[in-house]
Amino acid sequence: MSSLRDRGGPAQPLLSVAGLRKYFPLRGPLGNTNAHVQAVDGISFNVMKGETLGVVGESGCGKSTTARLLMHLIKPDAGDIVLDGDPIGHGGITPRELRRDVQMVFQDSYASLNPRHTASAEIAFGLKVHGMKSGQAKEHAHAALRLVGLDPNLFGDRYPHEMSGGQRQRVNVARGIALNPRLLILDESVSALDKSVQAQVLNLLADLKERLNLTYVFISHDLNVVRHVADRVLVMYLGKIFEIGPAGDIYANAAHPYTKALLASRLSMDPAHRVTAAPLTGDPPNPVRPPSGCRFRTRCALAETICATREPPLNDIAVAHQVACHAVTPGSGHSQAGGIANAA
Amino acid sequence: MSAVAEKAVIAATKPARGRATGGFWRRVARHVLRDKVALLCAAILGAIALSAIFAPWVAPADPYKTSMIRRLLPPFSPHFILGTDELGRDMLSRLIYGGRVSLTMGLLPVVLATVLGGSLGVIAGYFGRHVNMAIMRIIDVFYAFPSVLLAVAMAGVLGAGIVNSLISLTLVFIPPIARVAESVTTQVRNQDYVEAARATGASAARIIVQQVLANVTGPILTYASSLVSIAIIISSGLSFLGLGAAPPIADWGLMLNTLRQAIYVAPVNAVLPGAMIFAASVSFNLLSDSLRTAMDVRA
Repeated sequence: MSSLRDRGGPAQPLLSVAGLRKYFPLRGPLGNTNAHVQAVDGISFNVMKGETLGVVGESGCGKSTTARLLMHLIKPDAGDIVLDGDPIGHGGITPRELRRDVQMVFQDSYASLNPRHTASAEIAFGLKVHGMKSGQAKEHAHAALRLVGLDPNLFGDRYPHEMSGGQRQRVNVARGIALNPRLLILDESVSALDKSVQAQVLNLLADLKERLNLTYVFISHDLNVVRHVADRVLVMYLGKIFEIGPAGDIYANAAHPYTKALLASRLSMDPAHRVTAAPLTGDPPNPVRPPSGCRFRTRCALAETICATREPPLNDIAVAHQVACHAVTPGSGHSQAGGIANAA
Repeated sequence: MSAVAEKAVIAATKPARGRATGGFWRRVARHVLRDKVALLCAAILGAIALSAIFAPWVAPADPYKTSMIRRLLPPFSPHFILGTDELGRDMLSRLIYGGRVSLTMGLLPVVLATVLGGSLGVIAGYFGRHVNMAIMRIIDVFYAFPSVLLAVAMAGVLGAGIVNSLISLTLVFIPPIARVAESVTTQVRNQDYVEAARATGASAARIIVQQVLANVTGPILTYASSLVSIAIIISSGLSFLGLGAAPPIADWGLMLNTLRQAIYVAPVNAVLPGAMIFAASVSFNLLSDSLRTAMDVRA
């Protein structure tokens, strides 16, 4: 099935995002727009076929907005989304067609299920939207429930409040995969679950990915979980991409000071490596008025004048590993960076 | 031994399975059926409704047959259990027939306003922004008038009569129901499950009907049911003022008006229509209270 839908071959990204931007207007008392929250500000990245792309960052960095933009649940102000060679809009495919191939699992397993719908009714809803008859949709819903390890005879007729968090999240996953998508966006999908249930759901996701030939965009603030599942990792801060690269590379040789700080803030199982001082203090700056130049400079130990005046572009520092930081970009003018390249 | 264990297992699993099979409305019905006061109110309303529907067979006498010699007989007079009114008509028969007008005037405007105001409110709440602005500001204009004043003004403009007071009552109830519907829908619209439904590519109409409606009808119906008693009272008030039912139609509000002059001569007769209005509206109120508590239980 998915090989039939595969159009550009394995080298063509399944999803390609270029210059994606979303500013949310802040309205004054008279309905006038006086400022914008710069939720996502010109990000570009690719999601390759069959990979799991981890997206990490603090709360408010634009992770969830990105997820909703990818699904066209909110309209981007600028930027293009291309699904396996087909652009969304501009004479390409419609958002509705996009949503058949891209599905999403939300964080809150309870809020994302209609309290008045049974599990199978909720899963069948999406199938009926895409033209399936009622009886057939129910059969498919039951099949989807079996795929996520829930007995349809036991859980098919249950309401959300009659299930545990893990069971509910399985239903959410079942709803996501029932439409037979190619890409599943997991927006903090396991963050609200207990550690033991989290592990079960993660294993289920890994299993489904293999069986159904899926590609994941895995959004999480939990770096340990992302390390466990992701092939590549994308680090976001205040609506910008700071670092993107292979997971092993990022975890072993993080280049951006922010990524380093994030990794250092992880809790360690080893008492000898206990975190004593907080590697990162304070909250991210206000996304309404982000700092000039590099958005991280207000909390960065390496900040210099160049960081306030010029925004660092994403530069390759290794194979498939890109970083947006003056301090690691040769020729940027930063004292820590080598002056090898042309200082233009 | 194994039989005991089996029983224990059944006992342990039964409540959960019971809840699983019983839908939301069944749970509400079960709750209301356990509420003694609500049952009594339902019985009173049922009695009034049934006697009104089958009035020609239930009423002991012709409600329009006047008699100058039998005016204002006290209750428990022979042949006239509740006495007669100022024109010698049988009170009991008139009260039974009056239930037809009063219950219709209590229920019909509320039903119509729930459908119209509910739709407006759900549409305003779901689409938000400019649609919401356009609908709700117009609603607010109507809402700014006290409901009784609005009803009187409408009935005055449209002219006296049952149909006209029905229209004016409907218009009176649309704004408050629309507001309730709008606020509930706004809450529901921002829930993840609506977003998840949008993510499947469903149209707005389909999402409203299949995802939103089930979650907003409960609060809207609860609120609407509390308006029935107000509708009965306002419609009686309109009749009392001569803007509703016209004589000789049997209507509780109208009867209250015409018997007003007899209040010193035959106080019990004069109070009876008021007692009916009171019984009907209090019953509706208590029933809707019970309905509200029943719908609150969401485990």
